[in-house]
Amino acid sequence: MFLGPFVRCSSAAEGPFFITYTHQMEEPGNLEISFKGVTAGQDGGERFLGVADEFEYGIKGWWTTEVYLDGQTTTGENALFTGFRWENRFRILPREHWINPVAYVEFEDLNGADKSLLEVVGHDAKADLGEPNGLTRREKQREIETKLILSSYFKGWTLAENLIAEKNVSHAPYEFGYAVGISRPLALEARPEPCSLCRENFQAGLEVYGGLGTQPHFGLFQTSHYVAPTLAWALANGTLFRISPGFGVTATSARFLLRFSVTYEIQQFGRAARRIFRDGQ
Amino acid sequence: MRLILFTLWLAVLSFAIADTRKGTLVQQAPPQYVQLPNPYGVNEAAARAGSKLYLRECAACHGEDAHGIGKAPPLVIQDVTRAAPGALFWVLRNGSLSRGMPSYAHLPEAQRWQIVTYLKRLR
Repeated sequence: MFLGPFVRCSSAAEGPFFITYTHQMEEPGNLEISFKGVTAGQDGGERFLGVADEFEYGIKGWWTTEVYLDGQTTTGENALFTGFRWENRFRILPREHWINPVAYVEFEDLNGADKSLLEVVGHDAKADLGEPNGLTRREKQREIETKLILSSYFKGWTLAENLIAEKNVSHAPYEFGYAVGISRPLALEARPEPCSLCRENFQAGLEVYGGLGTQPHFGLFQTSHYVAPTLAWALANGTLFRISPGFGVTATSARFLLRFSVTYEIQQFGRAARRIFRDGQ
Repeated sequence: MRLILFTLWLAVLSFAIADTRKGTLVQQAPPQYVQLPNPYGVNEAAARAGSKLYLRECAACHGEDAHGIGKAPPLVIQDVTRAAPGALFWVLRNGSLSRGMPSYAHLPEAQRWQIVTYLKRLR
C-alpha cells in the first residue's frame, strides 16, 4: 500500500458484533476498512450474497464517521450496486461510566434490492429478500436512521444495547428495531510473546436483534428476530476476521443467515495522508 | 424536544467540566484510582506482555520509543514515570476526548494493567 512506510496497523479492536454497536469510537486519525457479507438460502427463493464495504474514520475522539457501499448478487440474477450509507456516531459523555451513551445518525440512499441487512427494523421479513432484483431495484429508499447506543464494559464483558428508529424521508411511518449484544475475549490477560492463535485474540459473543414494528403498529406482531452467536479473531498484523451464524426465531424471519467480515485498521492514516499531500513524501 | 435539548445541554456541560480540570491528564486521576495497586507489580512477564500491547495500541501515536509523535506527548517524562500506577490505569480507562487520547476501556482490565506495568519501566 502506498502509505506503507508511514502507517502501522493495529489489531482492529472492535468486538465480534455485526449489528450491535458499542460506545467504542474509532481512534482519531485511524481508518478502518471492512468487507461485510451476509448470505442465506431463501425459503422458496434464490440464494443471495449481500455485501457492504465499510470505511470508518475517527475525526475526533467523540466523532466517528463511516461510509458504506452496498451491493448484492442473487443466484440466477445480475450482481448490482444497491447504494450507499453515511453514518456518524457522537459520544455524549467524555468519561467512562457504568453505562455509556452514543448518538448515531445515518443517511441511507439505497434501492429496494439491498440485502446487506445491517439492521432489522419495522416489519422487515424474509419475503422482502425473495423478490426479484429487476422489480426491487426500481424502489428508492432514502432513509434517516437514528440509534441510541448504550454499552458497558464490566470485568472483561461487553454488554451493548441499541434502540433504532428509521424514517423514510418520503411519506412513511417511523420503523423501530433493537439490537443487544454480549461478548468477552477468551482470555483476559495478554501473553508475553507475539502469537496469532492464543486465546486473547479471540472474542466470542451473542447478538439478538429484530424489528419492533412501525409507529402505527408498534410491537412484536409480524416482526423478524434473530439470535446470532459471533466469533472474532484478531491477527497481530491488524486484520480482524468475524463470523456469525444467525437463526431466525419467528415465522417472518429468514431461517438462517451467515454473516462474515474481514477488517483492517490503518493507524494514523490521517496524519500520513496529510504528510503526503503537504510534503510530497 | 425538551428532553433532546436537556440531553444536549448535559453533554456540553459534562465536556466543559471535564475540560476545565487543572493539570495534566495523569494529575486529574481521582484519589480512589491513584490508590489502586498494580496487581502485577514489577512482574517481568506482565511487562513484556505490556510491551506487546503498547506496540499494538499506543506506539502509532506515542512512538515505539515512547518519545511522542506530533501532538501525542512523550511518555518518558516524570509525569508518567513517577505517576501512581492507578493514575495511569485511570488515564487508559478514560482517555481524554478533548486531547485526542482515546479510551482503552475496551481492553480487559488485566491488559490495561499490563500496559501500566510496561509504562512504569520506561526511562
